[in-house]
Parts: sequence; structure tokens; C-alpha cells
Amino acid sequence: MTESWALVDPRTAPDGGRPRRATSTGRATWSLLVLVIAALVATPVVAVVVDAVAASGSASLPRGLGGMVVTTLLLMLGVGLGTLVVGAGLAWLVTAYRFPLRDVLVWLLVLPLAMPAYILGFVFLSTFDISGPVQGAVRSLFGSDVWTPDVRSLPGAIVVMSLTLYPYVYLLVRAALAEQGRSTYDAARTLGASRARAFRKVLLPLARPSIAAGLALVMMEVLTDFATVQYFGVKTVSVGVYLVWKGTFDFHSATQLSGLVLLFAVAVLAGERLMRGRARYHQKGGRGQGLETRSLAGWRGWGAALLGVLALGAGFVLPVLRLLAWAVGDALSDPDGLLDPRSVEYLVNSMVVASIAAACCVLLSLGMGHALRLGGGRVVRSAAQLTTFGYAVPGAVIGIGVLIAFAGLDTALKNLGVPGGTGLVVTGSVIGILYAYVVRFLAPAYQAVDASFAKVSPNMTLSAMSLGASPRRILARVHLPLVRSGVAVALVLVMIDAVKELPIVLLLRPFGFTTVSVWVYELASENFWQQAALPALLIVAVAVVPVFLLFRQVRVADAPRRVH
Amino acid sequence: MGVDDLMTAVPGHGHAHVTPALVLDGISKRYGSVVAAESVDLRAAPGELITLIGPSGCGKSTTLRLVAGLERPDEGTIRIAGEVVADRRHFQQPEHRRVGLVFQDHALFPHLTVTQNVAFGLDRLSRSERQARVGEVLDLVRLGHLAGRYPHELSGGEQQRVALARALAPRPAVVLLDEPFSSLDESLRAQVRADTVEVLRETGTTGMLVTHDQTEALSVGDRVVVMRGGRVEQADTPERVFEHPASRFVASFMGDADFLPAHVRDALLTCEIGVVSTVPGWANTDCDVDVVLRPHEVALTIDPASPAHVVAVEYHGAFVLHTVRLASGRTLRSWQPHAVRHPVGTAVAVSVVPGITPTLLVGDDAVTAPPST
Amino acid sequence: MRRRPLLALSGAVAALAAALSGCGVLGVGDQPADIQVYSARHYDLEEAFKEFTKETGLTVDFLYGDDAELLQRLKAEGDGTPADVYMTVDAGNLWNAAKEGVLAPLDSPQLDTAVPADLRDPRGRWYGLALRARTVAYNPDAVDPSEFDPKDTYAGLTDPKWEGRLCMRDETEAYTQSLVASLIDLYGRGKALEIVKGWVANDVQVMSNDILLLEAVDSGACDVALVNHYYYARKLTEQPDLDVKLYWASQEGAGAHVNISGAGVVKASDNPKQAQQLIEWLGTKGQSDFVDGNHEYPVNAEVKPEQMIADFGTFKRMPLDPEAYGTLNAEATDLLAEAGYK
Repeated sequence: MTESWALVDPRTAPDGGRPRRATSTGRATWSLLVLVIAALVATPVVAVVVDAVAASGSASLPRGLGGMVVTTLLLMLGVGLGTLVVGAGLAWLVTAYRFPLRDVLVWLLVLPLAMPAYILGFVFLSTFDISGPVQGAVRSLFGSDVWTPDVRSLPGAIVVMSLTLYPYVYLLVRAALAEQGRSTYDAARTLGASRARAFRKVLLPLARPSIAAGLALVMMEVLTDFATVQYFGVKTVSVGVYLVWKGTFDFHSATQLSGLVLLFAVAVLAGERLMRGRARYHQKGGRGQGLETRSLAGWRGWGAALLGVLALGAGFVLPVLRLLAWAVGDALSDPDGLLDPRSVEYLVNSMVVASIAAACCVLLSLGMGHALRLGGGRVVRSAAQLTTFGYAVPGAVIGIGVLIAFAGLDTALKNLGVPGGTGLVVTGSVIGILYAYVVRFLAPAYQAVDASFAKVSPNMTLSAMSLGASPRRILARVHLPLVRSGVAVALVLVMIDAVKELPIVLLLRPFGFTTVSVWVYELASENFWQQAALPALLIVAVAVVPVFLLFRQVRVADAPRRVH
Repeated sequence: MGVDDLMTAVPGHGHAHVTPALVLDGISKRYGSVVAAESVDLRAAPGELITLIGPSGCGKSTTLRLVAGLERPDEGTIRIAGEVVADRRHFQQPEHRRVGLVFQDHALFPHLTVTQNVAFGLDRLSRSERQARVGEVLDLVRLGHLAGRYPHELSGGEQQRVALARALAPRPAVVLLDEPFSSLDESLRAQVRADTVEVLRETGTTGMLVTHDQTEALSVGDRVVVMRGGRVEQADTPERVFEHPASRFVASFMGDADFLPAHVRDALLTCEIGVVSTVPGWANTDCDVDVVLRPHEVALTIDPASPAHVVAVEYHGAFVLHTVRLASGRTLRSWQPHAVRHPVGTAVAVSVVPGITPTLLVGDDAVTAPPST
Repeated sequence: MRRRPLLALSGAVAALAAALSGCGVLGVGDQPADIQVYSARHYDLEEAFKEFTKETGLTVDFLYGDDAELLQRLKAEGDGTPADVYMTVDAGNLWNAAKEGVLAPLDSPQLDTAVPADLRDPRGRWYGLALRARTVAYNPDAVDPSEFDPKDTYAGLTDPKWEGRLCMRDETEAYTQSLVASLIDLYGRGKALEIVKGWVANDVQVMSNDILLLEAVDSGACDVALVNHYYYARKLTEQPDLDVKLYWASQEGAGAHVNISGAGVVKASDNPKQAQQLIEWLGTKGQSDFVDGNHEYPVNAEVKPEQMIADFGTFKRMPLDPEAYGTLNAEATDLLAEAGYK
């Protein structure tokens, strides 16, 4: 018998498997909240689409669109596989085994998340591309005719994006494995499965919602990425959007093309639902005890450590060292320009906006997860799903959408005779940026929180209800404590994403508002990479802060439990 | 059959003037085209313990969820302790109903101690009242010594008792138990079940227990409600459900039963094995029926001349189950004392234990009077 | 229980939010500058504007962004826009902004004299202010300049002798697109397509920025690259021993490909007079402040380029047709895709 996990196949479950929500009746106010959030999130995207459709009849599609679609699919597949292998593999390693450096690796492995892919991409290329030191050394050793791989290619992009994005999978899977009960795994082991087989056949499937959520995030990052793919000459559909927009000055065709990106996103989310499966996974009764970790001795232990160090080194340490070298070089050549007095201001701006955005996203996600738990119909569930689409829309498109939406609101207010209107609420303050951030980053927050909710038995909610607890009390006393790990992950993911985010800030910031990512862009766009190294390091540093916060969470999850 | 008639059949609970703890009146619930509950009528007197039983998808869990307020009925009225909690216009949310829930997975809050779990539903009480009540119910389930533990530090049986204590703490009008014992080990189950029933009796709590275990349904309930396809097939005392099943389905679902085509003529019931019994009141009848024979009602005697022979023998300890193939190819089962073991192949004469009034079926329904032709 | 870290974090966030609303990040309380500029150009803008403020007493604030995105922002903000001046780094974008109707025509004899006719809008909606050339950089150890076709250097790179020796920018880069657009304008689509196909046939190595291109030439990984002249100048200042030389393309033919950074006054500006004053200053007295830091050529013939790039020698530039840059850019991206350039 599975003691702490109930995997109920709806086909055999009593009464044909009801949805995961607790009741079918729902609560009007909470359901309404979900609808309002969905409407808020959808508004900018809808605004762009309406604007595009209203303005022009037919879109001029770029040549080679078919190739872009194929490239996009290949990239998604490649990065998906890469992050799955690296992320889930490392999560398993640190959860199931003890080995040298394991205790630090557990949380250090999250660090590559702090490295924006556009920075890693540049560092990677400048190191390994044809003019970089590695190939230079190879040429000087073996002559200029020696074959070298083409790093500025699809495989190169897959490697780099996998290295920066695997922590999404790692984080969510690790959380799932850590929360999982030991008994299921033990049951598999006693049935004669090897550790690897038990992992593959039992733990991995049970971690499926988390894997699916992580992969969905990865895929959407891949979909909307423009900078990295451009470095690597990988022409995805998003590159097509920018090509049409900026290369042919045809914004409307570009927005229509970004509809294609949305289609991909729909596919990703549908895939995620499919992968989560129709089965219900949730923890039964008590919190899982976690796996019994086994010690890896000798070369096996060091081998495991090496794997972790390799991922960490390639995705974080080496790029940071390279950036440091540049920063130091820059400081030596121009000691006066070392510390821009405004860097502190930029830093504060980045952190403040990211923190507020993270708090907003997490609150809304909690509200939605809670509302779905209380019930609500298909409409409400679809609405909640809709809110995750923002992540699949390129930041710049969301930015424009926010502008158009507020301009429309302005006009509407004016027509209604309301004096003042919204004025320049959007671009005159950071409200526009925050709004766009919420639209874009609600997905990672909701995915993380929802994955945690998925592990809470609906009966928990029902019990609380029948004990007379109001929805608000259930949220505070039952749901929030139970999805705490998801909330922490959500906060961290949004913080990091928001600190790295560039197009939205660039487009919506008020005069005089600069974040670290804009600062990097100002320098990097003119190829001042040496000077850009310092702010790039700052981004990494800022993103490391939430990773430290996460560390607490990880440590808590690892702490030995009281057992009598 | 009238619900009120059945009420009076329950010993000690037949006070029709007392407000019933729970009333379901014509409750229907559909999910799209799937009918989960269809015109369900049910009534529980205060302190009564009702068991709901039926195969998967029969509507027993839906009924429980409707009572708890987790689903909203499409039609009908639900009253708890006299108060309408759901009808066409009203719908009371679960937290406002005086209903306690106990689940198969116990659904204890893993982040709260036993005490905190039990106190969860008592937040409207003062601190001292709360402490007193928690102590009281924990003593009731004999868990006072584990008050500070977290759920994962308890055994399955202990968790179950905490869940019960938690549900009882706010003094609900009805406690709903959703297969509460099925996650427990076989060895533990009987004890926990007995303890639970004892606690419910002791506190005079009205209970509704959903189960798929026939023995459990018969042994626990004051009344057993057998459901199928969203409808109540029979609601009656355990004895009547077992001895006088209302339908072929109830007969086969509640305990083992074999069916043989039979004939009633002039109050005499005959079938393949001969005369079964007399049927009083069927004097002027001549009709085909099916007779329900339970293994304990079937007697075997060795008879080399008989065309019937034993095809399987199952040793159950105190009793031995014999399966016998009749000349027609139909099989009957028979319980024999543990000392009686007829080897497979033994030719046996089959008869019905004297004094039995077997249930007769016309079509799928039990009949007590001759069908009017 | 362990809810504390979460509470603490929420508290910290709330505190930050409170502090934020009080400290002007929300954009309240700041006195806006006299002239507000949306600029796709960042480099040295601050220095130039400081100088302008010193001379005129007018304060200038600028918001840096991407040309196309800033244009969309301008359009969305409509009459409410705070921007007075729109500045881009590409003639095609200037032309497009004028076409989209966000720029106001200026009547400025001063600018009409200062800026050559092909580097400004005939109706005065925008003016080119800084000039850059995209020409050939080569490794003198591997290439003799006489190997280049002096009549049509860009087309000459299709010669099989350059096979495996070429490095260029990616097709998503505006530099590449405007170069190809100018080739289409010059020769027609058919010939331009042949040229790009010729580069592709020579196995051109595509890179994602000009500095990488120069480093590739320097290291010998490529023999020849097409780069903006100022990146060469910048790299040379950082690394005087750079093993790269500049060759002015097509000097016996159409001339080297150039593009401009320029600006126009926003139609919805609430301060068009002073906005015009700023552009006029940038085109005249402020030319050196505006272009020198980035090693660009002044558009104003009366202003001397900085010594370093003056040393590159004078060169003949391809006549600039902004409309072609604007309208043909789409065709250029299409052509690049058709030729399989990547």
C-alpha cells in the first residue's frame, strides 16, 4: 500500500474521478477574482491583437517562416530535453545521494538561473566562437585548417539555453522529490526495482506535475527569447517577429506573427496538462519524509560532485569569472569610470520593481490557486489557465499592449467626460512596468504555486470547510502553509526573471528610471562588453539574493524531521 | 417503501416527532449527461448511523458530498437538523453547515499538531473552552497522550482517530465518513471500526458512512442504504437488506447469492433442486420466478445418484464453501461446517435448509405478492 | 511554525513598496527637463546634452530605447507624450517615423545649410546628425588591399578567391539590412540577390557583433569583415597593435555604404521651439560633442572629424536615399532569407 501518496486513476476512482478542485460549487467572489485577473492579463495582448487586426488586412509573413517554425520546434525540443536531463538528473542526485559538496551544490545549482541567457550567450560565444581564445588556441596548436565545431548554431544555442534554464526543472522537481514520501519508493525497491528504475518508474512519474510545470516555463522562455537565439543565429518565430517589426517597419504584421508564438504557447500548455496527466497526484495525510539518502563513496561520490560542478561551472562560475576578468580589465584601463555613482540607484530600482512584481504575482497566484480549490466551473479554470499566456508573449509586445490599452482607457475616459484621464500613468511611473511584469510573470508564479496546490489533497480543503473555516481562514491557515514551498519558489522565480527582464523596462520606463538590465543593454547594444561586465555582474548578484532566500527553504526541506 | 415506515423499524430511534438530523428530499445531481444522483430520499434520526453502499459510481460519494455542501443539488431539498441547507433557492456553504467530515486519507493538516488539528474547527470558542473541548474529544478517542505530535508521527489508526476527533470537536449535527477505514490494514480495521462506532454511539452522533465493504455496511449501520446508478435501491435495517433484498442487484451485492429459475404453483415453490418452500398467499398463482439462494441456505447430502456434483471447495476456516454444478449446468454455493469437506467430483443432493423463506424475483425486482397478470 | 521567513519577506516587500512610493521612483515630484528626448542612441548623448545645457541653460533628459519600440511608444502615447525629440540611429527608422506622422516639419534654414540634402528629410521632419560608414576591415597579414575590387568592393567579395575568408554581421542586424537595402537601391533586386548569394557561396562566417568581427580578423580567424568604421576606431584605441586595417569600399564606384543617426521634433511636443533649438545645436555647434566620442563623422561639412578618424582618410560615400532605406529594408530582409544568409 502506498502510505503517503494517493495516486488515483480517475477511471477506477469512485464516482469517475472528479476534478482536483474541492467542490463544484465555487465561491462567487473568489471565482470573480480569477476572472478579473485573467481579464487584466489578457488585456494588453488583446489590445495588441485588436490594434493589429484593425490596422491592416493581411500580414506580410517573412520568407522562410516554415523553417522558423521547424527551428523553433527543434530548439524547444532540444532545450526541453537538455533541461530535463540536467535539471531532473541533478535534482535526483542531490535528493537521493550524499556525496562530497552535495550540501552546497543543492542550492548552488540554482545559481545559473541568475545568469541572463543573453549574457551567458555572449560570454559563451566570445569564448568559444571563431575569434575567441579557445578556437584561437586550437588554431595556434594545430594550424588554421583544423576542424572546429560551429558554436554559433542551433546546438550551441541549445547548450547555452539548457545551462541557464535547467534550474526551473531542477527547482520544481527537487521540491517534488523532497516532499515525496519514502514509502512509494521503498515499495518499488522491495519489488525488486533498482534505484535507477525506481526513480524512473515511480519517483519521476510522481514528480510529473512538477516536471511538466518546469518544462512549460522553460519552453515559454525559449519561445520568447530573442537575444540569445539572435547571438546564435537561430531563427525562431520570435526572431521572425522582430525581423518583421524592426526589419520591415511593419509592426502590425509583427503582432500577427506573434499570434503564431501564442499558438506555440497554447501547444506547450496543452502539452503540460497532458503530461500532468489525468491522474490525480497528491500527498496523502502527513508531509512526506523525503527519501533516505544513500552515501556515494569513492569515485562515485566524486563523480556525482563533478556532474554538479560541471553544470554549475558552465552555467555560472566560468561566465562569472569571464565577466569578472572583463570588469577588472575595464577597471584597470579606466579606474575613474569604475563606479558609476548611479549604479546604486539602478540597483535599487531593479530590486524594488522586481520585489513588488514578485509579491503581486505570488499574491495573485495564491488567490487563483485558492479560488480553484474552492471550486468554480470550467470557465474559471480556463481563465486561470489563460493567465499563464503572458509568459509566452515577447516582453516588447506586452509593453506595446500595455501602452495601447492605457491609451484606449484614456480616450474612453475622455469621451466619458472624466477630467484628467490616466494621463501618463503608464509611462510616467513604474505602474506600467509593474503591470506588464505581472502580465508576463504570473505564469512562473502560478505554475510554482499551482504545482504545490496539486500536492495538497482536496480533502484537506474539504475538511477545513466542514470544520467551519471561511475561505479566507482556509487560505491563511491551511493553503498558505501547505503551499509555502511553492510560494517561495514563485517569489524567487519572479524576482529573478524580473531583474533580468529588459524589453518591458526599456519600453515602459519613465524618464530617469534605469534598472541594471537597461544599464547593461545601453552598453552592450553598442558592444561595450568590457564596461557592460560590471552591471552584468550586478544583475547576477541581484538575482543571487532571492536564490539565497530559496536556500533557506531548501535547508528547511532537508532538515531531519522529528521521528518518535 | 415509505421512509417513515423504515424509521420506525429502527429500534430505539423511531421517534417520528423528533426533528430528523438529516433529510434528503428528492435530491438529483447530474454532471453533464452523467446522472450521479436521481431522486434520492433519505432521512436520519438523531443518533442514527447510516451506511451508504454500492458499486463505484453508484452515487454514494456524491450523496455524501451533497450533504457536506461540496456539490449543489440540481433538484430537491436537504435539511440538516431541521434547517434547509440546500434547495432550489438556498445553498449553504460547507463551513456554515453543521457537518463533520472524515476521509479515507484522513486529510489531517500536516503542518499542525494533533491538538491544533482538533482545535481547528473551534476557533469561535474562547481559549479555555477550546482547550477543554480538545481535551475532551482527544480523551474520547484515547489520544490525549499524543496531543503534541504531528500527523506524520502517528500510525494510520491513530491518524484516523484524530480525524474523527477533529470532526466531532465542533459538535456537528451529522458526521460524514467517506470510506474511513479502507486505508487501514486488515488487522487494524476491525478494531478501529469498532472504536469509531463506539465513539459515535457514545456521543449520540448522527453518522453517515460511505463504504464499499458489505460486511462493514451490515455490521456498522443502524440502517443500510444500497445505491446503484444514482438511485436508492433499498434503505432498510441490515437484517432486512440481507434477508429480504429488494432486488436482484441488492441480493447479489449484499452477500453471496445464486439465482435459480423457479416456479410457483398453488403456493408451492419448485425449481431444479425440487421443492424449495411454500409461499403463503400465492395459492392461486401459477407463474415463473427466480429464487435467491444464499450459500448458508443450501444443504448438501452425499447422493451418488444425484446429477449434481461438487466442482470447487474453498476452505474458510470455520466454514467450507462448496460450489456445486447442477444438471442444468447452473452452479450453487453452499456453506458447510468446517469438518465437512466433500471432495471435488462428489455427487451430492442439493436442498434448501428448512424454515427458509427465500426471496423471489420477477424480473429484477423482489416480489412478496403474486404478480397481477 | 515556519511561516516566519515568508512573513518577513512579505513585510520587506511591503516596506520597500512604501519606501518606493515616497521616494519618487513612481515618477512624482520630479521636475521634468525642458526638453525630453526619446533616443535610440545612447553613446555620449549625456556629454553633448550637458554641453548644450551649459550654453543655453535648457535642461535635457533622454530616454534610451530601441528605435522601433520607441516609435510604437510615441504612437501609443499620442498627444500625451512627454517626448519633444525623437532620435534614431538609422535613416530607415527616421523615414518610417516621418511616414507614421509622429514628426513635425521644421523650418530651419540653419539646419538646411548644415546638413547635406541627402541626409535630411526634404520637408524638414528629420535631420541626420552623425554619419557612419560600413566598409571593409582586413587582416594585412592575409590580404593585400589590391585584392579588393575598387569599383564595387561589396560585390567583389563574391569572387571565389574569398571563399572561407569572409566574416559579416547577422541578418537580423539593421547594419546588414541597410547595406543590402542600399545595394538593392543601387543595382536592383536581382543583382543584389546575386551579390548576397555570392557571399553565402563563399561560406561567409556570420557573427553577432562588430567587435567579434574585428577580433576575428585580428586573430586571423577571418581575413575580411564588413564593419562600421567607428568600431574599428574604438577597438584601435583600446588595442593600438590591432592587426586590422580599414579599406574604403567602392571608391572608384558608388562609394562606401553609409548610414546616419538623426533626430526630428515630435509632433505632439509641448515645447517644439526649444526642441528645434536642440537639434539645430546638435547639427552645428554641438556636432563635435555629439559625434566625436563615438568616432563618427559629422554631417556638417564645416565641422572637422576627430583626428583619429580623419587619419582613416577621406572617402567617397554612397549617396544616401532614406526612402530606399525605409522602403527597401523589408525587401532586404526578404532577400537575405532567400539567399540563405545566416
